[in-house]
Amino acid sequence: MEKITVEAALDNLQTVVDFATEKLEARDCSMKTIMQTELVIEEIFVNIASYAYHPETGPATFCMEFEENPNAMLMTFIDGGKPYNPLEQEAPDTTLSVDERGVGGLGIFLVKKNVDELAYEYTDGKNILRMKKFF
Amino acid sequence: MEIKKEQNGNALTIKVIGRLDAGSAPELSKELTTALNDVTDLTFDFAELKYIASAGLRVLLVAQKRMNKQGSMKLINVSEAVMEVLDMTGFASLMTIV
Repeated sequence: MEKITVEAALDNLQTVVDFATEKLEARDCSMKTIMQTELVIEEIFVNIASYAYHPETGPATFCMEFEENPNAMLMTFIDGGKPYNPLEQEAPDTTLSVDERGVGGLGIFLVKKNVDELAYEYTDGKNILRMKKFF
Repeated sequence: MEIKKEQNGNALTIKVIGRLDAGSAPELSKELTTALNDVTDLTFDFAELKYIASAGLRVLLVAQKRMNKQGSMKLINVSEAVMEVLDMTGFASLMTIV
């Protein structure tokens, strides 16, 4: 397993995305898989950077490992901020009209759409979000 | 991200180049607050938009809500990658895509 720890700030988003995409490119993942993974990482990381330690700041760790037969990536985000279970976030109603549609909840919705498994736990003062994505 | 604007009377075309993510979406949002004044026909040209995340979708939704009041809005030259995100969030059916 490889991991990277950065300060949970928007400026570090690209560092985490690059960390993951290098590994995916090395495995000849499709552009589509890479884009979907980028989206997942962005949405989770931006949430941590925006809310976890607000108004302070703190570390976020991203871990990545791979399984074969079938090919899957396992991704974990860990932060020591306020307890927050993104799985409890209500999904936006995608059938509403423009005027009825709110602007929230889209990020986690996109995460759910782009991974195959998603599990959350709060242990020892840490938010741990584990994701599995087949490719 | 880079933004290119082309104004023709009340018609405005905004070309968004690169990535519309959490880092760049505020810039587009800020641009739109003033750029949309008196615009009745808004076109987003996404020919060179490679990636969009929820922060970008929110900017589009806010623009669509505003344009519903003062005119119309459409998206053109949407790439496959961006279309996939618009589809999975239901945005594809909310907006005019040509």
